[in-house]
Amino acid sequence: MSNTADIIMIFLVLTNLTLLGLSRMGSCIRIVAIQGVALGFLPLVLNNWNMELGLVLFSVVIISLKGIAFPWMLNRTLRELATQREIEPFIGYGISIIAGTIALVACMWLSTRLPFPEPLMSPLIVPVAFFTIMSGLFLIISRKKALTQVLGYLVLENGIYAFGVALVRQQPMLVELGILLDIFVAVFVMGIAMFHINREFDSIDTDQLSRLRS
Amino acid sequence: MMMILKLANPVLGLVIAPFLLGVINRTKAVFAGRNGQPLLQPYYDIWKLLRKGAVYSRTTSWIFRTGPVLGLSVTLTAALLMPFGGLPAAISFKGDLILFIYLFGLMRFFTVISALDTGSSFEGMGASREVTFSALSEPALLIGLAAIAKCTGYISLTQMFQSVVPELWVKSGPALVLAGVALLIVFLAENCRIPVDDPTTHLELTMIHEVMALDHGGPDFGFILYSAALKMWLLGQILVGIAVPIHTGNIWLDTPAAIAGMLLLAVVVGIIECSMARLRLLHVPQLLIGATTLSIVALVLR
Repeated sequence: MSNTADIIMIFLVLTNLTLLGLSRMGSCIRIVAIQGVALGFLPLVLNNWNMELGLVLFSVVIISLKGIAFPWMLNRTLRELATQREIEPFIGYGISIIAGTIALVACMWLSTRLPFPEPLMSPLIVPVAFFTIMSGLFLIISRKKALTQVLGYLVLENGIYAFGVALVRQQPMLVELGILLDIFVAVFVMGIAMFHINREFDSIDTDQLSRLRS
Repeated sequence: MMMILKLANPVLGLVIAPFLLGVINRTKAVFAGRNGQPLLQPYYDIWKLLRKGAVYSRTTSWIFRTGPVLGLSVTLTAALLMPFGGLPAAISFKGDLILFIYLFGLMRFFTVISALDTGSSFEGMGASREVTFSALSEPALLIGLAAIAKCTGYISLTQMFQSVVPELWVKSGPALVLAGVALLIVFLAENCRIPVDDPTTHLELTMIHEVMALDHGGPDFGFILYSAALKMWLLGQILVGIAVPIHTGNIWLDTPAAIAGMLLLAVVVGIIECSMARLRLLHVPQLLIGATTLSIVALVLR
């Protein structure tokens, strides 16, 4: 099981679990960036390092977006913020990690229930992609700061991407580029929105947004 | 001949175990630019303590005197279960890894109740911490070993470590690395090394293991030091068993390789100790939960 795709998958699991246990938003952004770079290599790895122009271009686009552009935008937003860490999330870090582990086991079980027409490159891809989606969702639900929620959104997208690359090995680009465009716009808009929310309310704590200001 | 081979590991442990502490101390000294204590200092310490007389407080009972003796005998029993390099274990049966883990549980139980037996609130605090952290490190150790057992397909320590060969590393390297990292964290926590506990501090409010041994003196304390060294030797053998997959069948080649692995582990521990500070007490459970998670990931992904 020690082919490169499996190593990337295990790396993905570890980065997800780290994200669940980290409080510093700066480190979280860095980890999401590393995760994005690792995922950028995934289509190349799954095609046995077949250097087709389209594939290489696709990888380069993914890496530059997920590994450079998004983290750069988020870091810029982070600099404007008053707080650098997630304080008092809805669910604590220890429990988040335990919940993540349970989710991982559940995803492994789930993937045994899903029959696929053709054998995949790596048996880990489907469960790990599910797990990445789940941890992204978990980050969105359990954290209070808008920035961490955006990160959860990115992780969620990473999961969808891994799933897409694994299933549609030949033509992932059309689907993927569509999703990427959405995400790009979303992160862009959210970055601006967060900046404004922060300036208006002195906080990006989404919990406080539900209260009306007099 | 077979009998001698089988008893070789406990004897080797008794002879070499304190030397590991010496190597760790020397590594730390070299990194700090000091000359450091002699490599054999732990032996001198134990010998000095064994020649002394013991003093017992009137508030203590037989439990207090049982603790250290039982600790040493339990670690020796555990040494009988552990294969090392080319040396087979003296006793080997299916599922002996569970006995191996819970022998240390027994030792810990007696250390804790003999600490509580003194009636000192300070020792009670140490006992409470020891129990808290060990409750968290035990699942990591058990699941980590289970992951290795699943990789190799055997649930007996001897067969398990015999089948960790380079081919297994090729086949399930990532799982072994994850389990290895988890077991390294458990190794540091169980032996009270730096990210969890600082072995060089005495009478500090944050220490764990030393606190519980404060009222023991003379030969009793010697026993405690000796069994701590042996425990380190035995838990280190799990790590070396994974990381040094040399099984040529020739014991004169395998055993020196494993001993070299142990010394390397001691150097690594020394490097870890001088490159990082002890974690805040509140963060230790997070570290141990992380180790458990790594073990579970190793078990699930295999």
